[in-house]
Amino acid sequence: MAKKAKAAKQPQICIVTVTGKDKVGIIARLSVAMAESNINIIDVNQKIMENYFVMTMACDMADATLEIKGINEKLARIAEEMELRITFQHENIFKAMHRV
Amino acid sequence: MRISVEEVFETVQMTMDQNFDIRTVTLGINLKDCMDRDGKAFNKRVHDRIVKMGRQLNKFSGELESKYGVPIINRRISITPASILLEPLPKTVPTVVKFAKTLDSAAGKAGIDFIGGFGGLIQKGMTASDKNLLRAIPKALSQTQRVCSFFNLGSTLAGLNMTAIERVGHVLKDLAGMSENGIGCAKLVVFANAPEDNPFMAGAHHGVGEPDFSLNIGISGPGVVRAVVAKNPDCDLTALSEVIKRTVFKITRAGELVGREMAELMGVDFGIVDVSLASTTAVGDSVAEIIEAMGVSQMGRPGSTAALALLIDAVKKGGAMASGNVGGLSGTFIPVSEDLGMIRAVQNGSLTLDKLEAMTSVCSVGLDMFAVPGDTPGDVLSAIIADELAIGMANNKTTGVRVIPVPGMKEGDIVHFGGLLGSAPIMGVPREASPDFIARKGRIPAPIKALRN
Repeated sequence: MAKKAKAAKQPQICIVTVTGKDKVGIIARLSVAMAESNINIIDVNQKIMENYFVMTMACDMADATLEIKGINEKLARIAEEMELRITFQHENIFKAMHRV
Repeated sequence: MRISVEEVFETVQMTMDQNFDIRTVTLGINLKDCMDRDGKAFNKRVHDRIVKMGRQLNKFSGELESKYGVPIINRRISITPASILLEPLPKTVPTVVKFAKTLDSAAGKAGIDFIGGFGGLIQKGMTASDKNLLRAIPKALSQTQRVCSFFNLGSTLAGLNMTAIERVGHVLKDLAGMSENGIGCAKLVVFANAPEDNPFMAGAHHGVGEPDFSLNIGISGPGVVRAVVAKNPDCDLTALSEVIKRTVFKITRAGELVGREMAELMGVDFGIVDVSLASTTAVGDSVAEIIEAMGVSQMGRPGSTAALALLIDAVKKGGAMASGNVGGLSGTFIPVSEDLGMIRAVQNGSLTLDKLEAMTSVCSVGLDMFAVPGDTPGDVLSAIIADELAIGMANNKTTGVRVIPVPGMKEGDIVHFGGLLGSAPIMGVPREASPDFIARKGRIPAPIKALRN
């Protein structure tokens, strides 16, 4: 029974947002971090806005091996090393704010 | 449709650069069923319930904060008005102080910074318990850190209880004298038409019409609104109102999402979202600066009241569209000490007490967090309160007063409260007001507009 419930898990979409200066290896670093935690990347977008390099990465953490807190800590380390700002937020907040 | 990069960036900018936050999640707790003739049993029941629920509130707030990446700044508790709870107990000052200390220590154990509701609804008259509580307020608030008190001293339906207003003037003086820099007075607000579901301290209480538990959310974001006003320097005021409305809509939706999920996690009723632009001492998080970004040369100068009226209306409309549960006070707070723009305006002489009072006729609360010389007589404080609450009574709106007479300070001095409460320039008030008017006591009858059935 427990196994069945696990298989029927709803996708848990979260959005990683990176802002800062564009440089080599941002996506590579993030992809590795996500793969290590068994998080599936489903979409990546990037743009230059108001002189900011902005990249968003949508990922599904339904089967993640880390809790949000752990992922945040991991991302904070990458942000510090690569001098970027990285946020990690559940998709619902964007849906609530931008979709009626 | 997937969320676009632009939309994500807008949200991220709001939280990272513009100080958007969930200002408070406030859990209202009914304590009526804890009442007892035995003070010990009563205090124990209250203590246990607050510790249990407070810990849960903190735990789930932390979880949602990291899930959505929106800071939840304060986690607070409001209770059934204390004067009701104290009805069966002996009418003595130590009874009241003991209860305040119980609340203080329970909140401390649960990691809650403020607990509100230590007051009463006395707009028409006072029971023996109300009188006793009011008498004990200076001791109770000066011997505790986290307990906040409120009194509803008037309403459109009942008029103004001038007997209570006269007493409050003296209570404030005593309280100020017992605490450093008069800081105890920052924990006491008096209202006309106090809302029962206000999540913001110091005035929060869990009204008698509320369920056992109710989770209320206070969201803020003066920085977000200021940024959007600044981005639109040339549009006319109709368009500006629309821009503000849309922005407030978005932040209210975020608050609603967090509130509903939080209530579900805790297994309690979701109460209201209160969208109030509440300044903090952080740079850019100022309501005065929104008014200035709209084109008023400095807060308090002519034009300020009109600009504030537009701002508040747009905030309320955006909020009302975004959530079916908008309530509390919703609008804009204009506290003096917590807003760098307000402080500057007082120091430059653009903002006086008179203008502040005029602006409160269009804003959502009233004369908030303003400091006056410590030797201001009690009857002058009572008269300031009576004027402000009359605005609320006559206009069918909430108004409140949180005034701090700072011992030993004179007009123009600066008092530093520290932390969330900021610093305040001491504002000038007349030494002589209306002692004979205040000494009459009694009740100002309800205005004619109360007779509308």
